[in-house]
Amino acid sequence: MYAKDGVEYFIVDSHIHFWDGTPANQANRYGEGFLNCFYDYHRNLSPESELWSLEQFQKQSEDKILHDLFEVGYVDKAIMQPTYLTDFFVNGFNTTEQDGALAEKHPDKFIVNGAWDPRDGEAGLGALERLAERWQLQGIKLYTAEWKGESKGWKLSDPWSYRYLEKCQELGIKNIHIHKGPTIYPLNRDAFDVADVDDVATAFPELNFIVEHVGLPRLEDFCWIATQEPNVYGGLAVAMPFIHSRPRYFAQIIGELLYWLDENRITFSSDYAIWTPKWLVEKFVDFQIPEDMQSEYGALTTDIKRKVLGLNAAALYDIEVPAHMRAAEPQVPAGREPVASEMNQEAMSS
Amino acid sequence: MTTAVNLETEVWRALGTVLDPELDQSVAELDFVAELRVDGSDVHVDLRLPTYFCAPNFAYLMVADAHDAVRAVDGVQRVRVRLLDHFASEEINAGVAAGSGFSDSFPGLAAGELEELRTTFLRKAHVAYQETIAQQLLRDGVPHEQLVTTRLGELPASTALERLRRRREQLGLPAGPDALLLLDEQGRAIPVENLSARLRFARTTRVSIEGNAGWCRGLLDTRYGSQTGAQQGAGLH
Repeated sequence: MYAKDGVEYFIVDSHIHFWDGTPANQANRYGEGFLNCFYDYHRNLSPESELWSLEQFQKQSEDKILHDLFEVGYVDKAIMQPTYLTDFFVNGFNTTEQDGALAEKHPDKFIVNGAWDPRDGEAGLGALERLAERWQLQGIKLYTAEWKGESKGWKLSDPWSYRYLEKCQELGIKNIHIHKGPTIYPLNRDAFDVADVDDVATAFPELNFIVEHVGLPRLEDFCWIATQEPNVYGGLAVAMPFIHSRPRYFAQIIGELLYWLDENRITFSSDYAIWTPKWLVEKFVDFQIPEDMQSEYGALTTDIKRKVLGLNAAALYDIEVPAHMRAAEPQVPAGREPVASEMNQEAMSS
Repeated sequence: MTTAVNLETEVWRALGTVLDPELDQSVAELDFVAELRVDGSDVHVDLRLPTYFCAPNFAYLMVADAHDAVRAVDGVQRVRVRLLDHFASEEINAGVAAGSGFSDSFPGLAAGELEELRTTFLRKAHVAYQETIAQQLLRDGVPHEQLVTTRLGELPASTALERLRRRREQLGLPAGPDALLLLDEQGRAIPVENLSARLRFARTTRVSIEGNAGWCRGLLDTRYGSQTGAQQGAGLH
């Protein structure tokens, strides 16, 4: 919980990791490159006071993550999103089991999400059932750029992916978090293409698709899809820290999201341990769209901030929020008229 | 006879035409040229990118385009372009040097060449420049009805206009003074009733491209620190 100026905010950090990126766990130059790439993100967008050494960044102790998230980071509930990367890291970068071991000691603090990979075929479906039962999964994190032997990536619209999404529906796993990395395959298409999200969001209207880092670097494509698909959400991982280094760009991102989606489909996250929630929460509560941009984007209200920081993710994961921290306005389902119906779709095809 | 200094200037000019398709700025402008060496008529270019995992297809396009652009400079005999510090450096450098094309450089991973990808991003850039110019006109009080009939020849010179023209030429769209400012991807005029919606999405596209460019510049700086590239800035592309 974070309190400022007499307002209390319920905080759900909806995308965090508990990873092992140490050299001992790096399987090859790709693992090293992956971790160092994250570290550059950290160095580039963190305030100077929040910078860690590479060694600190490679792995966090249990005490450290509890401190950063809950003791000083204001987080009420953190959702652990695994990223296996078993081709890059000996024991995996951040598996459900690693997350779960910590979460079981602090069941009131963490929600454990699982993962699946359509390239695991039939055997993977059975493994998913067991994983769901073991960890009572409500959500899944997918990383379409993951390498697996000869294969360098996959698409949500692949036939086996449909089988896994059907299985999620059957098991009551309703939140599908999608991380679009620089997919290697197919190499001749845009690596960050989010068109496959459109396909599955239409095919599985009962599932929620939370696109992490709001589709960046394809914010425009993400917005275009999300405005037409009411079950598509934007996760602010990676977008949040721009609030410090490039606040006007951050205002543009938030403004665009509020225009194309609405305030009920945007969720806060720190992407811990790339960044820590404390400064992100503080800065977001203090943040306002710059005056000269308000004619385009409007202003952020307390309710919008409350929803983004916690209430929206709480609704997705059925997390109980104390009455005094709820939004003043009752939470309504995404009610915005789809823009596609307001305009000539053909005219927009470019 | 071309002097070495002139040749180097010409090579820089050529690199100023090589775009990062995603950011719509040249590799010279973006400081992606780590080193340029001219040795007689031999030219050696080292390129660098903001991250180890930058998308390999865009990386390939930049290396291949740099190779072709430098090769086309008068007086250049041999060209070697190398991409540094990238997970696919080896495949890309070997593929471009052998002139073997993109699909052959990544057997089994690419289902075709990259022209469609390139076109997708030229279109995004074209939309973004149209929006930049249109917003200025709207701020100046030009009504919608007039905006959709405004022609390029009526506009004051600007960087956005210059770049818009170049993208039009690359896309095979009308780029002369009589061409309309606002055209769709097929080169058709925009009906006035579609203008607002179209400009609204165009703005999102511009915000996205500009935001990505800022992020990539920041990451390049973080990755390579104060080691500046071979040359700061370059002309229009």
